[in-house]
Amino acid sequence: MLSMHNISKVFRTDLVQTHALRDFSLEVAAGEFVAVTGPSGSGKTTFLNIAGLLENFDGGSYRLDGVDVAGLSDSALARLRNEKIGFIFQSFNLIPDLNLFDNVDVPLRYRGFSAAERKQRIEEALEKVGLGARMKHLPSQLSGGQQQRAAIARALAGSPRFLLADEPTGNLDSLMARQVMELLEQLHEEGTTIVMVTHDAELARRAPRNIHVLDGAVSDLHVVGTPSLRAATV
Amino acid sequence: MFAYYLRLSLASLRRHPALSALMVLAIAIGIGVCMTTLTVHTLMSSDPIPWKSDKLFAVRLDSWGPDRPWEEPNEPPPELNWRDATALMASDIPPRHAAMFKSMFTVQNEDPGFAPYMVEARITHKDFFALFDTPFLHGGGWGDSADKNLEQVVVLGKVANDKLFGGENSVGRTIRLDEREFKVVGVLADWQPVPKFYDVNNGNFDAAEDIYLPWGTAQPFQLRTAGNTNGWKPENIDSFDAFLNSESVWIQFWAELPDTETKARYQAFLDAYVGEQKKLGRFPRPLNNRLSDVNQFMSERHVVGDDNRVLVGLSFLFLAVCLINMVGLLLAKFLGKAPELALRRALGASQWQIVQLNLVEVGLVGLLGGVLGLGLAYGGLEAVKTLYASNDGNDVRLYALNLPLALQAMAIALAASLLAGLYPALKVGRLAPAGLLKTQ
Repeated sequence: MLSMHNISKVFRTDLVQTHALRDFSLEVAAGEFVAVTGPSGSGKTTFLNIAGLLENFDGGSYRLDGVDVAGLSDSALARLRNEKIGFIFQSFNLIPDLNLFDNVDVPLRYRGFSAAERKQRIEEALEKVGLGARMKHLPSQLSGGQQQRAAIARALAGSPRFLLADEPTGNLDSLMARQVMELLEQLHEEGTTIVMVTHDAELARRAPRNIHVLDGAVSDLHVVGTPSLRAATV
Repeated sequence: MFAYYLRLSLASLRRHPALSALMVLAIAIGIGVCMTTLTVHTLMSSDPIPWKSDKLFAVRLDSWGPDRPWEEPNEPPPELNWRDATALMASDIPPRHAAMFKSMFTVQNEDPGFAPYMVEARITHKDFFALFDTPFLHGGGWGDSADKNLEQVVVLGKVANDKLFGGENSVGRTIRLDEREFKVVGVLADWQPVPKFYDVNNGNFDAAEDIYLPWGTAQPFQLRTAGNTNGWKPENIDSFDAFLNSESVWIQFWAELPDTETKARYQAFLDAYVGEQKKLGRFPRPLNNRLSDVNQFMSERHVVGDDNRVLVGLSFLFLAVCLINMVGLLLAKFLGKAPELALRRALGASQWQIVQLNLVEVGLVGLLGGVLGLGLAYGGLEAVKTLYASNDGNDVRLYALNLPLALQAMAIALAASLLAGLYPALKVGRLAPAGLLKTQ
């Protein structure tokens, strides 16, 4: 699903160069749930941005679902992002003056679905995260946990094969964090590939596979269980 | 997607009403000032008779004095004297031609209780009406004999017919001009060429005269011109006949020349006429006879002054200043919503789609500014009319917005706002989304 080889990324200013990623290599198979941990400044977010096609890289190669992303045009990258990837952000990133229906509608608009298909997908996605009755609510009328579930609905509505979650429970209390984590686990069980960046070691342990990033490289690899093994234990 | 972008743009404008109002106001003020000057300029410089302006020619003979031209660098006078006008009317080269001048009368209808009033009239030849395609409501012009012999007939303009006869068909009725009775043979529909091209020496933008008399009335009734009279040498003018025989110029002369061959023949005729007159001691200047079509004549006679063009230029500079302000406001607005735009990028929008979204919002601001600008232009034109319109109100048509100008204003507002919005839209569209998502 995700195949990075020797990815490097350098941020340059007039005075300094910062190597955010060095020879970063990672393979994530379809259906895996991978937690990425590491201290601040280790390169987790840079990895996530490159994985999500939000940032380009200086060296190495990256194939997403078999597509070599190097050299793709902006519109091709946007289309790939729209069709393959669902994003879940720490701060939810819902548009404040759009209701939940319209928020979930955003990626579908860029996909070019018909109005009827968009409506069906939005309603199904919001029902799936338990917000079917709140479609006309504004984000400010919801709790933090509900907002994150709405953001997950938005990520799911386009049926992406790959979910990228950046600290998805970072702004939630423990009860809501558990609910969101259970939702992610459910999606994983349904076959979605998930890469989740987190600071929370306990949360990371719930993912079948952990990787640790330090100084821009994968420093440790710990497999809790393969998707098939985990499925067998449930 | 356009409807979607439009809905988002409306929501975006509502989200920051003060900033949105400032942007709309910036474009509206610029458009308002531009349209005020442009309206006056457009009407001043419009072709008053576009369907045949290239076939109508002002006839000018250089009868001026030997020392200097009528106007530098070598312009002949714009009008003719009586002798030359009468002589040119003898030509059968132009299919239509007419000499003309402006006069004034007191006018009264058949009712002795009717209060007489002053009216501007035009003394001219029968071809005047066909030459300029004047529309008739009732009746028609006079016959050839009325130009050669005294026939007391008139054609009324619409305003005069409304005042004198309540708008009824007055053909066959009688009016009194300075105590002389004239029979109405025709009534014109509303006819107001702007500029009044056939007589730019006596009020470029005045209304057309309201009463028309045949040329044959001028000499028997000793009708004086109410327009400008110019001469280049001292002459002893102690009678009407002396005036008619003088070198003073005061008569406008127009000819219809349908093709270049006719024009060339007529030019040769004019030159031959002046050549003959030179033998009699007249026309001391080198041969300089002119046939200028309507638009050439407007240009040569400086109907639209340079100061007016400068004013239009300055108003567009002012619009540019407004647009530069708008660029700053748009940058602030778009950068303010950059995190939302970054989110849209993350969710699948391309850079170009973000630019499109921003341009739709800018276009909306432009159209709102255009509508408000039209309101300001209307106010501006009213103010200009109050300050500068002539006391007789003859030139009020110059200060009126019309549909084509209003559409032009909207097009300018839209184009100007898109121009102003292009840089902010591109700049924000190209921002890397990764760094902005955390700040959402």
